[in-house]
Order: sequence, then C-alpha cells, then structure tokens
Amino acid sequence: MKSINKLTKILTMAGALAFAPGLAVAEDSSDPIIIPIHNWSSQIVMSNVVGQMYESMGLNVEYVTTDSQAVYESVRLGDVTLELEVWEGAFGASYRAALAKGGMVDAGEHNAITREDWWYPLWTKEACPGLPSWEALNECADLFRTAETGDKGRYLDGPVDWLKHGQERAEALDMNFTVINAGSAAALWAEIGAAEANKRPVVVFNWTPNFAEAVWEGEFVEFPTWEDGCDKDPAKGPNPNALYDCGNPATGYLRKVAHHEMTTKWPSAYCVLSNISFTNPQIAEMAKMVDVDELEPEEAASKWLKGNKGVTQPWIDACTT
Amino acid sequence: MPKITRITRLGRQTQMGLLLLLMGGAITLAQAYLPDFLHRLPSWSDLWAAGLDRFFSWVQNDLGLIYVTRAIAGWLGFLIDAAANILYGKSRWPRIDALPWSAVTALVALMGWYLGGWRLALLGGFSLFWTAMVGQWKWTMETMSVIVVAAPLGFLLGLGLGIASWKWARFEAALRPILAILQTLPFFSYLLPAVIFFKVGPTAASVATIIYAMPPMILMTALGLKQVPQEVVEAGKMSGCTRWQMLVRVYLPSARTELLVGLNQVIMLSLAMVVLTSFIGMPGLGAKLLVMMNSFKLGHSFEIGITIVLLAATLDRLSKAWVVKQPKHFAKGTPWWQRHQAWLICLGVFVFFMLMAQIFPFLNQISRGDSFSVGKELDVLIKAFLGLGFVQVITGSIRWFFNIWVLVPTEQGILYLPTFAVIFIVSGLSWLLGGWRSGVIGFVFFTGVAVLGWWDRAMLTLHATLTATLLAMLLGMPLAIWAARRKRRSEVMILICDIAQTFPSFIYLLPAIMLFGITPITVILAILIFTMVPIVRYTVEGLRGVSPEITEAADMSGATRRQKLWYTQLPLAMPTIAVGLNQALMFAFFMVIIAAFIGTRDLGQEMQRTLAGTHLGKNFTLGFSVVLIALTFDIAINAWAEKRRKILGL
Repeated sequence: MKSINKLTKILTMAGALAFAPGLAVAEDSSDPIIIPIHNWSSQIVMSNVVGQMYESMGLNVEYVTTDSQAVYESVRLGDVTLELEVWEGAFGASYRAALAKGGMVDAGEHNAITREDWWYPLWTKEACPGLPSWEALNECADLFRTAETGDKGRYLDGPVDWLKHGQERAEALDMNFTVINAGSAAALWAEIGAAEANKRPVVVFNWTPNFAEAVWEGEFVEFPTWEDGCDKDPAKGPNPNALYDCGNPATGYLRKVAHHEMTTKWPSAYCVLSNISFTNPQIAEMAKMVDVDELEPEEAASKWLKGNKGVTQPWIDACTT
Repeated sequence: MPKITRITRLGRQTQMGLLLLLMGGAITLAQAYLPDFLHRLPSWSDLWAAGLDRFFSWVQNDLGLIYVTRAIAGWLGFLIDAAANILYGKSRWPRIDALPWSAVTALVALMGWYLGGWRLALLGGFSLFWTAMVGQWKWTMETMSVIVVAAPLGFLLGLGLGIASWKWARFEAALRPILAILQTLPFFSYLLPAVIFFKVGPTAASVATIIYAMPPMILMTALGLKQVPQEVVEAGKMSGCTRWQMLVRVYLPSARTELLVGLNQVIMLSLAMVVLTSFIGMPGLGAKLLVMMNSFKLGHSFEIGITIVLLAATLDRLSKAWVVKQPKHFAKGTPWWQRHQAWLICLGVFVFFMLMAQIFPFLNQISRGDSFSVGKELDVLIKAFLGLGFVQVITGSIRWFFNIWVLVPTEQGILYLPTFAVIFIVSGLSWLLGGWRSGVIGFVFFTGVAVLGWWDRAMLTLHATLTATLLAMLLGMPLAIWAARRKRRSEVMILICDIAQTFPSFIYLLPAIMLFGITPITVILAILIFTMVPIVRYTVEGLRGVSPEITEAADMSGATRRQKLWYTQLPLAMPTIAVGLNQALMFAFFMVIIAAFIGTRDLGQEMQRTLAGTHLGKNFTLGFSVVLIALTFDIAINAWAEKRRKILGL
C-alpha cells in the first residue's frame, strides 16, 4: 500500500514540479486540516508543531478548541481531522467507543510511554521514608488523614470520566485509604499547591509526561506490577478474589487517530501523521516552554521545530519524496 | 364576602399541604415496616438510557435532522468566519485582516461618549485599552467574533418568538415549557448534542450561547408588546396602517424600552457562557482560561477574569445607556452632515487610527511578549496569601465545622429518608406555597425523578442546592437589608453584584480548593457566591421599590425601624424577593453541576462520567432528573409570588 502511494506520489510530483515551487504536495486537498486543541499545554504545543509541519508542506491548517472526551465523536464525524494525544488511561474508553462506531482510524503510537498512577510530591517521602512501596504507604495512612476521612488516609483520584478505578484498588489491596475523586486536573494541582505551602504529605493521582514534573518533584507509588488481565481476571495479582489489585501498566500508549477520510483526502498529511512519534523528553520540553518559560503555544512550537529539524524533517521527507 | 371565601380556601390549601407533610413524616417513621418500593424504587435507569440512545440515533441518522442542523451550522460558520476575519485576521472572506486595536478602542470610546457622556467613554476606552495592554487583545477578539454573531441572532430569534407568542396565545403556551426545560437542563447535557449536531467549534459554541441567552428576550418582547397603550394602537389604526406597518411602526417602537432591556440580557448571558462554551469550541478568553487553570497559573487566570468583567461591564453599560437614550428627531431641512454628526466623527477618528497604526506598529498590535501582564507576580502573591498560617487556620476550622457538623450529617439525613417520604414532603411544601396545581406538579415531577432511577445522586444534588441557597439567604438578606437603607450603599451593592455575576466562576474554584480541599464545603461555597447575587440584588431592589408614601405612613404611626422593616417593607418587597430566591435556586442548580469540576458525588459527577464514551442516553436521563427537580421549585415559588402580588395589589 505504502509503495503504491509512494509511486503515485513520485508520478504526480514529476508533473507538479513543472509549475509548483519547492516541495508542494499537489495531491492533498487544499481544505484546511482541522486540529483540535485541549486544555493542557503539551497537547497544544504538539498540535501547533504538527500544524506548522503541515503548513511547511503547503497545506492549510486550522485549530479548534474542544473538550478532550467529546473530541472522539468529532473525529468520527470528520469535524476535526485528527487527534494527537490519545492517552491509554484517560481516553481509552472514548477512543474504543468511537473506533467501534466507525469513521475513525488509528494512526499509530508515539514513542512516548505514559504512566498514570498514585503519586506523591517528594516532601511526602520525608514523613514516610518507606515509600515508594505501596505497603509502606499503607502503613503511613495516618499521615494522609483529613477531617472528612476520619481515621483513614485520603487518596485523591482523577476525575471520574478518566475511569481510574482507584476505589477498586484500595479495596482489592485492603488499604487503609478513602478514595476521593477530584473533578478536574486543575483541582488536583490546587490540592498539591495547597499542600506545598506547609509541606503536608499528600498522595494524589498523577501522570507523565506532564508539566507538574517540572513544578513539583515527586515519585509514583510502586504497586504490585501490572499483569495482563488484572482488570478482568480476579486470579491475576496478589488478591485472588479481586480485580484491579495491580498498579497501572507503567508503559501505557500515547497514540494518534484520524478521521477515516484523511487517508484519501490528505494522503501525504496522513502519511506524515503516521510517521510522527514524539518521545517523553520531547513532550516534556514542549510543555515546559509554555508552562515555565511562558511562551505562547505558537511561538513555542516554531521554536521547538527550529531546534528539532533533524527529528521532524525525515517524517515529512519520507512522505513527499 | 370575597375576603371570607379566600380565607377558607387558603385554609383548605394549608390543610392539604400539612396532610401531605404528615404523610411524608409517617412514611419515614414507619419505614422499617413498609415494603421496599416505598423506600427506594427499583432502578430503571439503564432502560431509560437505552431507549433515549435509540431515540437520538433515530433522530440523528434516520430522521436526518443532522443534515438540517449541519446546514444551519454552515451559515453560522460563514458569519462567524467573516467576523473573525475582521476582528483578528482569520484567513476567510472578506479577507480584510485584523483591525488595529487602537482603532477599535477609539471607536468604542466614542460610542460610549455618544450614548452616555465621558464616563462611559472612559469605561469603554479603558476596558479595551487594558485588554490590549495585558496582551489579551487577540483572545478577546476571538471571543467577540462569536459573540457579535450569537448575540444579534439571539436578539432577532427572541424578537421573532416573542412576537409570535404575543400574537398567538397557543404558541406561548407551547413555548413556555420548552423554554423552562432549556433553561434548567444542565450544561453537561448540551455538550454532546451541540457537538454532534452543530459541529465542534465556534458554530456549536454560538448555538449553545443563543439557546442559553435567548429566553429573556422572548419574555421581554411579549411583555413589551402587551403593554403598548391602547391610544397608540388606535392612533396607528386611524392613520390606516397595514398589519405589517402596525407591527414595525407602532408596536415595536412603543415597546422599545423592553426590547432593549431584552437585548441587554442577551448580551450579558452570552458573556456568561464564554468559559463554559469553550468545552465545545468557543475560541479565545475562555479556552485560554482553562489552559491557565490546568497549568495552575492563578495570576494569569485572574487577569483573564478581569478582562471578562470589564468587557461585560462595558457592553452592559453601553446597552443600558442605549435604553435610556431616546431617538433624536431633527427639524425638516437639517443638512445630512448635521443629522449624522456622530457617525461622521466616528468614521473620522476610525480612519485616523487606521492610518496611525500603519505608521506606529504598536498601535496596530501588541504581542504577548511586549505586554504589561503581571500574571506571574500575581500568581506568587495569591499563592503566598493562600499559604499564610492564619488563613489556613481560619479556613481549616470552617472546613472542619461545616463538613463534620453540618454537611455530612444533613447529607446522611436526606439519604435516610424513604423516596416516597421525600415525594410527599416536597409535594406538601409546594401545595402550601403555590396551591393545588404546584402540589400535584411537585408530586408528579419528584415521582418522575424516582422513576428515572438516580435517586440517591439526585438527593445529593438537591442537598447541595438547598444548603447553598439557605446559606446565601442567611448571608445575603441581612447584607441587602443593610445596603437598601441608603441609596448610595445600594448602588455600590448592585455594582458588586454585577461584578460577581460576570466574574467567571471557574477562577475562584481553584483558590477555594486550596483553602478548603476537595470537600463538600468547597462545593457549597462555589455555589454560594453565585447564588447570593440574585438574592442580594432582588432584595435591594424590592426594598428600594417600596413606595415612599407607605414608609412615611409607617413613620408617622410611630413605627420603630425594626417594625417598619418587618411589617411594611419586607411584606411588600416579598414578591420581588421571591423572584430573586427563585433565580438563586436556578443558579444553584446550574452551578451544582459545574461543581463536578471540583469533585462531587451527585448527578453532576455521573454526568461527567457519561462524557467518556459518549453515553448520550444516560446523560439525558441524568439531565432530566435535574430539570424535574428544578422545575418543581420554579413552579411553586412563582405561583406563590404571583398570588402575593395579586393580594397586595401590585
């Protein structure tokens, strides 16, 4: 399939060269490619990076801000053309639902691996030196008590629509913790920020790559290692009678998806999309440019592109020459 | 004689209400001996969800409604793109490129001067100047590109529907419940349908904005047209107007004030949606605010909040000045440049700044890098304040007291009540307030909530709403009574209300969490700020509106200040206060769902869950539970206020 694509591309290129300046891709539609933007910085910068890559190929690009769950319905309907950050943990459910309904294609994974699990800022370790083991955390449960959780410790889980199963895990491992769901990522940051003021120990849901790593140093709690089927087969994991008695997979995927018509309407753009593969440090760098250096996402993207031509140009070249 | 019959009728109403309350109490006491279905109905929620899912899929695919809505979205998109081109240079027709900030600012200042003198000129000029200086010009224009399309369309649609419901009583009767549902349906229920039917992006955002902002326009139009004096109508008829001329030349100009008040409401409500609609594609300030919050930048989000307040204040005052300003009429033979003087000056200044912007680039655009934003410094300041020892001690004890001694026990109390006890109690209270109709509606609607199958979560939502409204009354009423004593004080208080209402609630969610943690009291406080606004506003207005003759009469009969307040002012202001209370409840139902962003365990949390995986059916089952609860209160309180007004002869 790819070689046929390449062949047709070479043929059209030959024809196009007569009048098109540079590496213009003649066969891709001139309609704008719609890239969705959500409300966290790495995704915004990455979207701008990819958008500017497309613009360098002579394509039109437009951005639209959307909710990160509702976006999969929009990809399916073709209202947005692609999505660059599909997190296994947070958006797996929406992704699978949309894929099953049809209209969306999988454009492969990034090199980056994601990890989402219980996490604590480093000052917590001073009060509970046995960390990061989960048993040690459980023994320190007293440290995490709040007025509302009584004699149990409090673990602050992610929003319910991220489907994190913190409650099930605490029960399966018989932990002395009450699980409270934060309503949004911002609510999690506010709790960590408040705890930072007097170095109060907290354990919250967190993930990587994420801007928070640059702001608060911290570590993930080490739970029993993930085994395949831990979420479906009670026999897996230390507790033979319960599901979710393992830590989350430490190597979750981060993938890209596209509307199914992208493959035919913007074949080279789709080809580039499937080549794209960012790494954890690259994503962290993009986030840092906005979150810490306070650049605008567009500026951050062009600055990042300038510094990383060696990374991105081969992805484009592989599809246009 | 009529007086006596009224008293006996009132007596019967009270009896029935009390009887229902007693039944509720009896069921609670006897719950150990009663069959299970009286305690909790079996949950049919999955059944409803599946049915609704099938219905939506039928509407979308088989009925083909999506093609109609998509065509509408196309036209809307064209308008918004054109505005976007002019305001911030999006590359679309008519390809003019962005207007320089200085020219737009000057134009708005001039408009302010024309409509309301130098004070309005200052307000308008300063607001836009601030926006440019803190580097938010482009974001603001992105937001405005949707508002300048959505607000006029909301105005026109509202006008049309208002005229229709004034002409045909049947149309009004059919429209009213639809509007009531639209207004109480939680925001999370709009999200998915708007995205599916109107395409994610500015179009879906503008549709959601229009639906949310239009209802007051419809009501004001119908109200204004009904109040046109008979003499005016007859004068029109005598001069031989056709029906069209009657409407355009007689009715509409006579109802000018009401129509413009409606327009003012449309603008304000459109601005109130700026942040929420960014979940479905509203560009600009709202979207940026969410990004700032998700990277924990309190300072920058605070700056955006100020911009939104200034913007709202400017538009509010400008449109209000337009209400007051009567059209000018010129003697025959006045030269055209004299008649259109204001337009000419505007044009001149505009062209001047357009030219200047070509010479001095800073008059054209100020980028984020060159701006005078102090977001970072503000951030440090806010966080340092929130971390102060004594602040933490105070908030810590408030948190402990309310959560442990008030909120958790009452929450468990409301969950302990059997379903049918709650249904009887609610219907009894509605009966006491609004008469038999309200009572029956309360019974039917709350039974509906039980049948929809999310009872426990619905009770938690109800608990948060009622607690917040009660607290808002306890805090807001004394404040309003104190403010209403002096004219100056009441003006300041109304100004504070205006600001509190337009300041995006998202911004104080984060400081609230930092102070009170992710606990019930934070949720209550977030609702409280929003809910106090209508209570304070309407109480102040109600008390100020009591006619001076009556208060003087009270003074002359030697009433003390307390007696005057309790026996004359408050009773007379009560219908107005009730309207405020009702609005407060509706605001609370709106906010309690939004509070899911803090972290709740009620209907809002479950609705948030439906967004993952697009469970439209379940989403609407939950949404309608909120609608039914909210409408029960809405209907009962309105019926009561209406009756009081009749009795008082207002």
